[in-house]
Amino acid sequence: MKNEPLNLSVNLCRLQMDNPIVPASGTFGYGNEFKEFYDINILGSFVFKGTTKEPRFGNPTPRIADCTDGMINSVGLQNPGIDAVINHELPQLKTFFHKPVIANISGFSIDEYVYCCAKIDKEPQVGIIEVNVSCPNVKHGGMSFGTTPEAAAEVTRAVKAVTTKPVFIKLSPNVADIVAIAKACEEAGADGICLINTLLGMRIDINTQKPVIANVMGGFSGPAIFPVALRMVYQVSQACQIPIMGCGGVASARDVIEMMIAGATAVQVGSMNLKNPYICKEIIEQLPIEMQQLGIQSLSEIIGIAQKK
Amino acid sequence: MYKKGLYTITSNMPLTETIYKMVLQGDTSYISASGQFVEIELPNKFLRRPFSVCDYDDNSITLIYKVVGEGTQLMSQLKIGTTLDLLTGLGNGFDINIDTKQPLLIGGGVGIPPLYNLAKQLIKKGLQTTVALGFNCAEELFFVKEFKEIGCKVVVATIDGSVGTKGYVTDAINQNGINCDYFFACGPLPMLKALCNHFTIEGQISMEERMGCGFGACMGCSIQTKNGAKRVCKEGTVFLKSELDL
Repeated sequence: MKNEPLNLSVNLCRLQMDNPIVPASGTFGYGNEFKEFYDINILGSFVFKGTTKEPRFGNPTPRIADCTDGMINSVGLQNPGIDAVINHELPQLKTFFHKPVIANISGFSIDEYVYCCAKIDKEPQVGIIEVNVSCPNVKHGGMSFGTTPEAAAEVTRAVKAVTTKPVFIKLSPNVADIVAIAKACEEAGADGICLINTLLGMRIDINTQKPVIANVMGGFSGPAIFPVALRMVYQVSQACQIPIMGCGGVASARDVIEMMIAGATAVQVGSMNLKNPYICKEIIEQLPIEMQQLGIQSLSEIIGIAQKK
Repeated sequence: MYKKGLYTITSNMPLTETIYKMVLQGDTSYISASGQFVEIELPNKFLRRPFSVCDYDDNSITLIYKVVGEGTQLMSQLKIGTTLDLLTGLGNGFDINIDTKQPLLIGGGVGIPPLYNLAKQLIKKGLQTTVALGFNCAEELFFVKEFKEIGCKVVVATIDGSVGTKGYVTDAINQNGINCDYFFACGPLPMLKALCNHFTIEGQISMEERMGCGFGACMGCSIQTKNGAKRVCKEGTVFLKSELDL
């Protein structure tokens, strides 16, 4: 082992990050809740809650179900709307988070994506825009855009036309050919791909014989989906040149390293934030220890090395 | 502020066939009000389970829980000396800095536990405190004696009439001619709805909703109120009656 200090930093589309750890959208709000637990400036960045043009309450409750090594949510994109995020959440965030944040934008029409991205483009605090074309929760919603290469490309093109910020398209795993959709986004000008959103799932209460979730189905996430996410990151990183943010079931520093070896430049941590609010802090502290054990000098060196083996 | 920490079970015993009382030892300094809750990590369960704090002192937390599913079944089998990972200091809790001389505390079933420490605090303030408790039947009764012991006047309603007034807590309140100028309530939604219709006075109601995280991050437990969407775990669990639209 060389005696140089370990290097955890990664470069994600012009965004130089201290480390690859990024809490995933929908598990980290707009940062407020987690600053009560630790200084969130230790993060690489974080993705704020999926934001739409209008304020949304989301789906009826119950909208959470526990599962083996995971959970189902059908929150349905509850958020205060893009104007409240820009006028209220971002100024508040500025007081305690001093790095560029990743904005998650969701929509129900091309116009809505364009409207929100054009607005968020003006915000200097936002380093990257992550476009959610995959949320399986909302009827007539994001699902349809993420399930065909044509629709995913159409959103990508429309959004790219109104922003100079790097655009990542967050894809749904609930598709037959993830590679075709990722390639369509890349060809349409996407700067990166985020893989994966939740898997469509369901639970039934065997006492009442009714679905646990009021909306019947919801998005399954948590450590149980890690192998699915890893596989898709691996497949897409073989087919595309643009960087990937890996997301899905990440629960440890070793998972982060595995996801990077598969092809991820940055790694999102989602559901585990809800179980253990300190998980990202613990992973960031554990990473150098694992790197030392594995003989990794710099994290950016391992991105996608599985492809070369 | 919240605290994540390890707590040791010092007692875990049944009060009725399905209701258990667990006492945990550990840091309670982040619990700032009666009616707050804790989130417990259980072995082999992904999400933590939320439980209202029944009582607490400098180094112990008392929880009363009902065995309703796999998580609570598992909890009921945990032995003394077992260590559990808890988040404490969750929820806003009851506000006792209000103008009242005759508070009435109303609990139904497992909605009763968070009222216990509240009753203690109100009595400490020198207030004449009445408690109305609703159960299904005599076999499900718990904590009636404990409320009496701390100086509360207690009235009971059972659905089958086996103890106290036959019917709901509102029937027990009427039959006993209970006077009050403010109320605090926790229990099943039909009971809370009935109370909102029954009372013209203001009150505080602790709401229940299925939660993901318990600290406001996942938005799983949101409800619609007259003042917009609120997270039961964060802006609640306690809401003013006048704010709710039940």
